[in-house]
Amino acid sequence: MADVTMRVWRGDANGGQFEDYTVTQQEGEVVLDVIHRIQATDAPDLACRWNCKAGKCGSCAAEINGKPRLMCMTRMDQLPEGPVTVTPMKTFPIIRDLVTDVSFNFAQAEKVPALLPPPMPADGYRMFQQDVERGQEFRKCIECFMCQDVCHVIRDHEENKQYYAGPRFFIRYAELEMHPLDTNDRRDLIREEMGLGYCNITKCCTEVCPEHIKITDNAIIPLKERVVDAQYDPVAWLGRKIRRKTKRTAEEAAVQPAP
Amino acid sequence: MEINSPYEHHDYDVLVIGAGGAGLRAVIEAKQQGLKVGLITKSLLGKAHTVMAEGGMAAAMGNVYPEDNWMVHFRDTMRGGKMLNNYRMAELHAKEAPDRVLELEQWGALFDRTKDGKILQRDFGGHRYARLAHVGDRTGLELIRTLQQKVVSMGTDVFMECKVLRLVHDQDGKVAGCVAYWRATGEFVTFSARSVILATGGVGKSWKFTSNSWEGTGDGHAMALWAGAELIDMECIQFHPTGMVWPLSVRGILVTEGVRGDGGILKNSDGERFMFKYVADMFRAETAESPEEADRWYDDHTAGRRPPELLPRDEVARAINSEVKAGRGSPHGGVYLDIASRRTPEFIRRRLPSMYHQFMELAGVDITREMMEIGPTCHYIMGGVKVDADTAATAVPGLFAAGEVAGGMHGANRLGGNSLSDLIVFGRRAGMGAAEYVQGGNGATGFNLDEVEAAVKEALEPFERETGENPYDIQRDLQEMMQANVGIIRTGSEIDDAIKQLEVFEERVSNIKVKGGRQYNPGWNLATDLPSMITVSKCTARGAQQRKESRGGHTREDFPKADPEFGKINFAHSMPNSTGWKSEIKTVESPLLTMPEELKALLEEGK
Repeated sequence: MADVTMRVWRGDANGGQFEDYTVTQQEGEVVLDVIHRIQATDAPDLACRWNCKAGKCGSCAAEINGKPRLMCMTRMDQLPEGPVTVTPMKTFPIIRDLVTDVSFNFAQAEKVPALLPPPMPADGYRMFQQDVERGQEFRKCIECFMCQDVCHVIRDHEENKQYYAGPRFFIRYAELEMHPLDTNDRRDLIREEMGLGYCNITKCCTEVCPEHIKITDNAIIPLKERVVDAQYDPVAWLGRKIRRKTKRTAEEAAVQPAP
Repeated sequence: MEINSPYEHHDYDVLVIGAGGAGLRAVIEAKQQGLKVGLITKSLLGKAHTVMAEGGMAAAMGNVYPEDNWMVHFRDTMRGGKMLNNYRMAELHAKEAPDRVLELEQWGALFDRTKDGKILQRDFGGHRYARLAHVGDRTGLELIRTLQQKVVSMGTDVFMECKVLRLVHDQDGKVAGCVAYWRATGEFVTFSARSVILATGGVGKSWKFTSNSWEGTGDGHAMALWAGAELIDMECIQFHPTGMVWPLSVRGILVTEGVRGDGGILKNSDGERFMFKYVADMFRAETAESPEEADRWYDDHTAGRRPPELLPRDEVARAINSEVKAGRGSPHGGVYLDIASRRTPEFIRRRLPSMYHQFMELAGVDITREMMEIGPTCHYIMGGVKVDADTAATAVPGLFAAGEVAGGMHGANRLGGNSLSDLIVFGRRAGMGAAEYVQGGNGATGFNLDEVEAAVKEALEPFERETGENPYDIQRDLQEMMQANVGIIRTGSEIDDAIKQLEVFEERVSNIKVKGGRQYNPGWNLATDLPSMITVSKCTARGAQQRKESRGGHTREDFPKADPEFGKINFAHSMPNSTGWKSEIKTVESPLLTMPEELKALLEEGK
């Protein structure tokens, strides 16, 4: 098969540059295979993060020809002719080469108020398939953080990170808010501290999601509606004042009167 | 405790090494007991190999077949394991799995449902009833995310991308913590603890075609042996029957057994549904004799017997191997797995979304229209650290082990779906066992800094050598050697050769030269993984040499039948005078536990 030039960013927090590696591309290979061959031959210290190599763990996200992709699911033969550039995710601080410091996301995860279900009956909860399916879509998330990487609210605005949870955590909040068993109410938190209002639904996150989760349509927009409803509906406002934690199903939320 | 470590230092009651299902479940338990718990993982949180599990977790909840119960599950597990199992582990597992699955829903798990709103259960090989709680074909992701979110919500100290090098003892020989390094910086860090739980997963990265990620290097197996624990059943390696075989770069990636549970069948190049030819006597009474009978079974288990595609994994893997050897394989050296001709595209996409996605994107194959090419891939080690079933305690005071790193639960062959349930049953028991040990005032009282310095010195040597070998070359050669000599079908002369070659590999690992610095250096990381890989490969080869029979995940061409005498023993490996990873390994026969009569009676039922 043909030789191909891989233009890989090498460096650390202090700076770096592109280095070119010429490799022979074999049938069916993905970008991660080629990066591994560079490690095994030319550059054993080339840093890249990976685990499963099957699109299930979300470790190997990088920017391939400028677009966030999983290296393990990007076939070389489907990239355009010419050098292939591989760079680390831009939104997160560099550790080394293709590896970034994604601790922002783990810090966000710590802020999520956990599921608060009623006590479990001895033989388990009853839930119905149509009620769990909405949450199941969001739980397909493999935490590759490419939606966070591509989100323009934080991609070029480091200062916004303190006010903004990002698409990965909006689907997490949506999942919990739509969970059939949950009795927690996170709407004030989502509006006031998680920065849902910053999202102006450009759908960049949906486009890069390797699990094809409809982040914007199925999570962010419904979440915005629920949060706004709760904010402007005087009955809901009073209810919130009286008891902070209310049990509301998705259906109840959807029939709130318009302000 | 006052420890004058020269490195960054942390102190815990319970230290858990490994953040897959077993490690996370152990953390939850130990924290619920009120202890101070630290969790170390060599990857990011939530990326452990548990995410790769697809089909489900086995628990006799009886939601689909009310006649299911723990006794049937126990029997299936023992028969699948070819009776080499630690019976007590199989018993506890079968009894406790339903509660462990149910509690996951309190923490946010969303399983697929039955019509009446209970957790749906699916069929899998070797399980008499539909028993696997699941979420499509991404059950492992659901398990790890649920446990991860619970652990995070409890406020746990998690040390990510932190690679443990050695366990450390106190002056009395109790396990007292470990020494590790941060991958991001290359700086060393020490952890003192009253007890340590190993939950480090498997060893599959020592084989060329494997479903395991880079992490499966047997760190916990090796560290336990070096620290004074025993390893058993290391020759018993599961080659999953259905890994991808093409393109070459994805060879080994798993294709869930759920494809067969949901109606998929195996065919050879003649289009023959060949599994009917490979039904062993042990399973004949419960296996269908014709395709018509097998096909009736999917909808109603009382209308026919099980399809032979759902025999235990060792049986199916050997059958595929035989078909390929007989010249009836697919173009890339596998056989065909066909669900396209048997189920509607909508059914396939709903039940097996990630398989659909995986084949479409990696192989350009639409599994709703075409057959998959598949073949056996190294998947799981049944063997591991010898533990007490009830407490997960090893032979070394203060050291506990759970999950794939522990041995005994699965005997000579693991049934699909019994791994995820193993993680949550014995992860919890390890957390309980460690907590009880610490609360009983037994915990270590010192921390041997000489062991720390020895490990640090050894880890840095690859930087100091003027010349030496590239660790990637050694890893590649090791994988090829183990695949060729201690693979799915073994023979005495090849195993003997492997044992000799492993001595040479040991010397090569002692002569590695690492390029670059310590900061996130994958070459160095591999150099520190290789001693574990050599140690576990040695134990596997030694067990394989001595077990002169075929049983489960150990097949000897020169001894093709099971021998009842070998059915009474495990091979146990230890390092009695351990001064480092190259110390001599001792291998002895260790008799199985004696099973109580009432459990023996269960095994006779429905034979």
